[in-house]
Amino acid sequence: MPKPAKKPVGAQPENPARLIVDGAVVANQWNLLSLDEEAEISAASLAPGKVILPLSVWLELRNELQARRGEIGVWLDSDETADLIGDYAGELPLIAAHFPLFTDGRAFTAGRLLRSRYGFTGELRAVGSFMRDQLTYLKRCGFNAFAYQGEQGLEGLLDSLQDFTDSYQSAVDQPLPIYRRRSLAG
Amino acid sequence: MYQYDEQDHKLIRERVAQFRGQTERYLAGELSEEQFLPLRLQNGLYIQRLAPMLRIAVPYGLLNSTQVRRLAHITRKYDKGYAHFTTRQNVQLNWPNLEDVPDILAELAEVEMHAVQTSGNCIRNTTTDQFAGVARDELVDPRPYCELIRQWSTFHPEFAFLPRKFKIAVCGAAEDRAAIRAHDIGVQIVQNRQGETGFQVFVGGGLGRTPIIGVAIRDFLPEVHLLSYLEAIVRVYNQLGRRDNKFKARIKILVKALGAEEFARRVEAEWEQIKDGADELPPEAIEWSKRFFPQPAYKSVNGGHAEAVLRDQAGSDKAFSRWLERNTFPHRIPGYQAVTLSTKPTGIPPGDVTDRQLEAIAYLADEFSFGEVRVTHEQNVVLADVEQERLYELWQAARKHGFATPNIGTLTDMICCPGGDYCSLANAKSIPVAEAIQRKFDDLDYLYDLGDLHLNISGCMNACGHHHIGHIGILGVDKKGEEFYQIQLGGSANEKASLGTVLGPSFSRDQMPDTIGKILDVFVENRQPEELFIDTYNRIGLQPFKERVYAKAS
Ligand code: HEM
Ligand code: SF4
Repeated sequence: MPKPAKKPVGAQPENPARLIVDGAVVANQWNLLSLDEEAEISAASLAPGKVILPLSVWLELRNELQARRGEIGVWLDSDETADLIGDYAGELPLIAAHFPLFTDGRAFTAGRLLRSRYGFTGELRAVGSFMRDQLTYLKRCGFNAFAYQGEQGLEGLLDSLQDFTDSYQSAVDQPLPIYRRRSLAG
Repeated sequence: MYQYDEQDHKLIRERVAQFRGQTERYLAGELSEEQFLPLRLQNGLYIQRLAPMLRIAVPYGLLNSTQVRRLAHITRKYDKGYAHFTTRQNVQLNWPNLEDVPDILAELAEVEMHAVQTSGNCIRNTTTDQFAGVARDELVDPRPYCELIRQWSTFHPEFAFLPRKFKIAVCGAAEDRAAIRAHDIGVQIVQNRQGETGFQVFVGGGLGRTPIIGVAIRDFLPEVHLLSYLEAIVRVYNQLGRRDNKFKARIKILVKALGAEEFARRVEAEWEQIKDGADELPPEAIEWSKRFFPQPAYKSVNGGHAEAVLRDQAGSDKAFSRWLERNTFPHRIPGYQAVTLSTKPTGIPPGDVTDRQLEAIAYLADEFSFGEVRVTHEQNVVLADVEQERLYELWQAARKHGFATPNIGTLTDMICCPGGDYCSLANAKSIPVAEAIQRKFDDLDYLYDLGDLHLNISGCMNACGHHHIGHIGILGVDKKGEEFYQIQLGGSANEKASLGTVLGPSFSRDQMPDTIGKILDVFVENRQPEELFIDTYNRIGLQPFKERVYAKAS
């Protein structure tokens, strides 16, 4: 897919201290480098530890970083589509998808395609300005990690992962649409 | 009619609970205005000029009498005792309190209703032909497909935050009564040479400030692929649709920017990857959906006899015969007819009904039409399965409740948005214009002589009143703070859909009835016998109308 026209303005993703992973609140182990830092990033200058690189940087440094494969993740901005990672997804331990605005729904598609088309099995992390009220949708699109920005009582948000306990259509979490489950069962 | 099972009930209950929580957080100041906005819109709640407005979903326009009674109760308990049927086949309430909305949704859920995705940037209520299942020109009943689309699109996790609103309409008949070419996706049911059912798929139609007639991107899609194909279209749109400018965010702009061919190519490429996946519609799934729309228990009637009785009654009662002529529609079952209850007597905003009228509709449906009601995109109500033998009786009852104005399809059966009386986006009022035109053209013989003529009014360029696709379209415009009206001619919404052309400079409200009169005069003077307005217009063009309307008084 080519790039869509423009992306709406929105903040760069940040690095909160804690986040939700697989339904529990945990400390953040990963350092997400934002695009502002892009210019200075090179394979040699990259600090040790787990880092999440902007897609463009990762595409450039991928080969040089083979040795650190287990600790290099990548993040997609909302105008970057999943096919830009494509089958490399299988090599990555973590992919983050950015919501510059919570109304920008492109990352839902990115998540779903990474999981269902490109074989991604690592941590799929929502970063940026998404809302609690989107948690079940995100989960259904394959996200298992949620890095909220700003002050949030994360424990209090966990319930929202269960806003809906069933679904009509197929998605990452449910392979069969409801009409198949009903009509074939009955 | 589709019937909920435990899973549907649970999903809708969970939705009500979710929205209750969201409303509480908003009222407690935990959710900002900006954050609450898309959440409330996806639950049908607008904040409008005078009060909130709640849009209740009526999937493909179908209601049962219990639901209609519940709507009556809700308008009485939470609103000012009336409701509004919309061009999206939904129902709107104009005066609910924000705090009450969760309770209203809970009451709706009890009768298998909701307000899910009636607004906001998501896939909206799927609409269809109000005569689905009964029309003689129908190839295949569209409702089972509409229901499958409803299920596929409801709470679709990937498509709840699209660049813009997204509307799908399905038509299963030769005549397009669902305006599918004015939708983001229009689905026309077709059969191929082998007699297999499939779909012709249109994309990129829509009204608003950039009106466009949709284009066919596929001529035959086998029915097994309906949902995967829709998914492919919406997925391409979700990734590539513009998000930097809300006025350029609809799929029609993307289709136009890429070109229909290139857009189609991308859809096909996406679809290739998913077409054999989970969203396939195997025959048993379609059969299952069809079971919800069984043929009602029609009596076996001697059609010839019933018709003869009807002719007699019509012969001896002119008023009845007028109503029969305009407000009923042929039925594929001998001895039956479909009836349109007009919500458009002069002076009532088109589509408005009171709580008492809603109860009357429920009663009429139970008494005459297997308890089922349909909302039309012209803002009327249809009872689809009425025995011809009982039409006279139904007509008398309908008259009592103000539903028998014999004007369906005529000039005074106009589509009209709420306009400046209720809508905060309006440039001008539209309801008083509708009324002034109804008052001027109150002579039924004249209206009948004009024949089918669609006049549509919108209070601003958002085009909720479909003005672009009215034979005569009226658009409210603002001129230095004053309300004016622009006239367009030549739009149509059916299988030969077209957009109207602006006649010329706009008019003040006072001038409107006379100006419409001049347009009609040109038509009457130029028409060939029995010719319809739209056909005369297409034959003679805009110029003669323009000359008459803008002629200097001599
Ligand atoms: C009073 C509150 C309403 C508001 C604030 C409102 C707002 C809007 C807006 C902003 C649009 C333009 C969207 C776009 O082009 O992308 C629109 C279009 C539309 N609305 Fe409304 N509307 C209201 C009521 C209604 C009602 C009562 C109806 C039906 C009678 C309706 C039916 C439609 C239709 C059919 C369109 C055109 C859709 C298209 O472009 O394909 N709206 N509305
Ligand atoms: S057309 Fe304009 S005035 Fe009429 S309802 Fe739509 S937004 Fe309001």
